[in-house]
Amino acid sequence: MSISYPDSDLLMLSGIQHFAFCRRQWALIHIEQQWQENVLTFSGREMHERADDPFFTEARGAVLVTRSLPLVSRTLGLYGVADVVEFHRDETGIVLKDRPGRWRSYPVEYKYGQPKIDDRDIVQLCAQGICLAEMFGTPVATGDLFYGRTRRRQPVEFDDSLRNRVRELTAGMHELFEKGVTPSAEYSAACKSCSLVEICLPKTGSRRSVRRYLDEALR
Amino acid sequence: MRKLLNVLYVTSPEAYLGKEGETVLILLNDEVKLRIPIHNLEGIVCFGYTGASPALMHLCAERGVALSFLAESGKFLARVSGRVNGNVLLRRRQYRQADSPEEALQLAKGFILGKIFNCRCVLQRFLRDHEQRGDPPMVQEGVKALTIQLQKTANSRHLDMLRGVEGEGARVYYGVFDHLILEVKDIFTFTGRSRRPPLDAVNALLSFLYTLLAHDCTAALETVGLDPQVGFLHRERPGRPSLALDLMEELRPYLVDRFVVSLINTRQIGATGFVTKESGGVLMTDEVRKNVITAWQKRKQEEVMHPFLGEKIPVGLIPYAQALLLARHLRGDLEAYPPFLMK
Repeated sequence: MSISYPDSDLLMLSGIQHFAFCRRQWALIHIEQQWQENVLTFSGREMHERADDPFFTEARGAVLVTRSLPLVSRTLGLYGVADVVEFHRDETGIVLKDRPGRWRSYPVEYKYGQPKIDDRDIVQLCAQGICLAEMFGTPVATGDLFYGRTRRRQPVEFDDSLRNRVRELTAGMHELFEKGVTPSAEYSAACKSCSLVEICLPKTGSRRSVRRYLDEALR
Repeated sequence: MRKLLNVLYVTSPEAYLGKEGETVLILLNDEVKLRIPIHNLEGIVCFGYTGASPALMHLCAERGVALSFLAESGKFLARVSGRVNGNVLLRRRQYRQADSPEEALQLAKGFILGKIFNCRCVLQRFLRDHEQRGDPPMVQEGVKALTIQLQKTANSRHLDMLRGVEGEGARVYYGVFDHLILEVKDIFTFTGRSRRPPLDAVNALLSFLYTLLAHDCTAALETVGLDPQVGFLHRERPGRPSLALDLMEELRPYLVDRFVVSLINTRQIGATGFVTKESGGVLMTDEVRKNVITAWQKRKQEEVMHPFLGEKIPVGLIPYAQALLLARHLRGDLEAYPPFLMK
């Protein structure tokens, strides 16, 4: 029994990385619409870095490379754009329009920085894999993360536990979006690396009582 | 707290603003006088008949840079803003609270409490700093009267009552404001607040700076996704940024009044530079306006300890900090709105 989300309820796929990192960060960007511009400009800059990447000018016979491929998953309720999807020749694969032979899709997500300690990049890649599988009607078992800092491709296996994690996250995103509520802040070490820390102000949280602040001032 | 970016004030009426890629260009007679990358700016304010290209307007709207056009007198003419930003659910909550007499009263009390508290603080500071000069007995009376108004603010049962308390507080405060001005008294004598037109040099300065502050408050509210036109204390009127005026109340004494007094008392502005028109209205010359803007920009860079957030922030970010706290309260993160109470 899975839900099929209509167009109007689709959320941005790239948001899953924010949500995996911090639910509040995701809400600030996707519900409060704060500084989306900055987040998007930043990914634009990443794209730019990529354009002169030698890795992509490499033509390889058995691989088709497509960029900026629109993605959608009705079961996850996500839409987005994949940086890069490769199609590898594969006898058991699918037929592509205007391309002879059979192909298997293979998502490659480019990250400007270095591998993260948490799974935010991995879940984003896996969500792309689930979109591709739904769109082409065949399973997608693996994808690659490419990190600009290490210049390495790192294969990711989309196993059941990872898929379940993606489903849990997206269900959480829809639930929160439906409520329209931004969770309150809980300060942790991760806040130091967050690009929204200056507008989130996690330490103000709701711990400080306004009542007490006023009473002290008016004494 | 986020970084304070610059507000660019263009005071030459002959200037024309354009853009080149991500850069704002300021042209005079088709010659580029200045280039500023857009990401260093949070606002552009033009005085007089400065022109701007639609391409620049688009860039400003896209980047959330408030672009405003004022008459040379500082009177607001127009503003270019892009798509409405922020969270529509938050704005709906704002409207609902504005429609609820009880909730609107609670918020309005916060603004007025902040205003009267800060007015009193301006007077108290004066007494501390100038025990030998001025007319302390009058000012001391003012402090006492404002303390009573503070009490009345807390006890106001409806908005009209609160507006009455605010009016009384303003009467007391402006009634002794002239005592704070110690230099060049022949020019800088304050005879009560007059706005349309300002009838003396002090009122001309106050009006001009209130306009700049209103601009910053409007931009701050839009940044956090609130509607600057729907207020709690100020009644809605088409074209009036009611919420920006609400937010300004507590900031006027701290950001503008003290600033004007110190400009005069430290003789940063001289007696020349003010013109009285036939109608009695007083105007500033371009030169005074430029000096005031330069000093204002400097003041915005100074850092102060935010009384509620407990961190040091640039003075120029105070409107933003308060807009953020207001949004937090409307979202339910804070049980009430904490006004900026100066120390």
